[in-house]
Amino acid sequence: MAMTFSEDVLKNEEKAMMSLRALYRKYGYSQYKMSKFEEYDLYVRNKSFLASEQIITFNDMNGKLMALKPDVTLSIVKNTKDSDVSLCKYFYNENVYRLSHTSREFKERMQVGLECIGNLDVYSMSEVILLAEKSLQTISGRYSLDISHMGFLSGLLDSIGLSDMEASEILRCVSEKNAPEINKLCASYGLGDDACQRLMKLASLYGPFEDTVSELREISTGGKTDEAIEELELIYKTVKSLGGGESIRLDFSIVNDMNYYSGVIFQGFIDGIPTGILSGGRYDNLMQRFGKKSGAIGFAVYIDLLERYGEVKRAYDVDVLLLYDGQTDMELLAQTVKTLTDKNESVRALKIDTISAAPDSVKAGRLVILKDGRLEDIEADD
Amino acid sequence: MKPMINIALPKGRLGEKVYGIFEAVGYGCPSILDSNRKLIFENEETGVRYFWVKPSDVAIYVERGAADLGVAGKDILLEYGPDVYELLDLEVGRCRMCVAARKGFRDDLDRTLRVATKFTHIAKNHYAGQSREIDIIRLNGSIELAPILGLSDVIVDIVETGTTLRENDLEVVETITPISARLISNKVGYKFKHADISQLCHKVSDYIKEGSAT
Repeated sequence: MAMTFSEDVLKNEEKAMMSLRALYRKYGYSQYKMSKFEEYDLYVRNKSFLASEQIITFNDMNGKLMALKPDVTLSIVKNTKDSDVSLCKYFYNENVYRLSHTSREFKERMQVGLECIGNLDVYSMSEVILLAEKSLQTISGRYSLDISHMGFLSGLLDSIGLSDMEASEILRCVSEKNAPEINKLCASYGLGDDACQRLMKLASLYGPFEDTVSELREISTGGKTDEAIEELELIYKTVKSLGGGESIRLDFSIVNDMNYYSGVIFQGFIDGIPTGILSGGRYDNLMQRFGKKSGAIGFAVYIDLLERYGEVKRAYDVDVLLLYDGQTDMELLAQTVKTLTDKNESVRALKIDTISAAPDSVKAGRLVILKDGRLEDIEADD
Repeated sequence: MKPMINIALPKGRLGEKVYGIFEAVGYGCPSILDSNRKLIFENEETGVRYFWVKPSDVAIYVERGAADLGVAGKDILLEYGPDVYELLDLEVGRCRMCVAARKGFRDDLDRTLRVATKFTHIAKNHYAGQSREIDIIRLNGSIELAPILGLSDVIVDIVETGTTLRENDLEVVETITPISARLISNKVGYKFKHADISQLCHKVSDYIKEGSAT
């Protein structure tokens, strides 16, 4: 018999997990299932790719140092065959173990994500961005998918001619939308007014793609930055044709490590969740570090953040708290429970010594007692 | 009804000063000046809700989204590095983060430097930049006492006027960075209340510019 259940049995994050899996399958992605741990070595070599450098490690039976996965992408990249003709499309649903920035404790985080690796073209990138947008849509109508382009950022910084250290300070300010600080830094680096204005504008830039792309053109210095804008526009157009693009916004405060990311990067937000819930981008540079020629793009959704989202507190632990005592006929008790559950009510049967000893620790919609072969309502918990 | 902007203000003089700026640009909330024990004040007309919190907690409220905007000293932002947008320099509460020591202090470079401070992260970063080996002594108050009693060689602390230092026979050895109050924003709140937040920012920023021009 097929199991049927009402949707409210599922928690927010479980619901999202199911819908996301269905969504990714629909676009021809196949699930990549992996083990919970990996050799520590993989992470040491790519430490700065990880969201936090702290990793839980242990020794396996041969004394090899292993790690509880802090990240899924690295494992997929490592295990994907290099190819510049074919295209691999995977999605995954795994727990990762990371240090939480706010609590300074290790946390288990549930991730659903997808990776598209191989010979990428505008269509495959657009499809991934469409799926990122649709992922957010399955969670809430109040979402925003913000995109940025690493090629634009590096092109602009190159054309201004900053040293690595200066560039990283400027990038930090861009990620904080800290225009006043950029102004001060530019003065101390001896940059001209023109460069300074471009950088400050870039930090403050935010808005729907179609309205803001013209501002981005004003910031552009030609060459690499123009190419980046052209790519963004092509992707946006294709995402539109695929039926998406409504809530795509340009925002260059999304900054990722240039050693790994190249090209388009993006982050997704849901109104009511205080941090980004989706993060991804094109990471060809990471592929190169693994000696692979393929392009790669992907994203992850941190579904554990949904735990407190749109919280509707359940009023009761159970619908019916059914009390009985030592004298109750077992057959009758079983029948009663069956009748109640058949009516789709949740029941907790509890044996007590005296009627007055009804427990307060369980909140129930109705409190009933099985007495003298009859079911009696005692009181209704409000 | 349009959503309210939640603003966390630091309790104390600085918070009151900054509230003065918000009020001057049209985001007042008259009930805030009543002396009572209420913690939250809102003005539905202007769409703002203020609450007073401990200055060092402002960044936490903002980072976790309980407040959309907040006012925090640059010292707190440098020390805790919260993941927030830093939208404006409010140019109030100006002071400096300094290294101070007893008058006539001579830095002995062949010994580990003992540093007493409340701002351990800032101190570590500063000395890491100089590749200096230090011994951090974390204190919660009366930092000036440490070098006097020989608990530490130097202190890293906020210096406003320098009076406390002078009265205790201490002096500034080095300025790490200037400090002032900043307007910070939750990254997600910024996106979903973008129009309202940027309007508020513009008004405040214009007000500050006018102030510094006169």
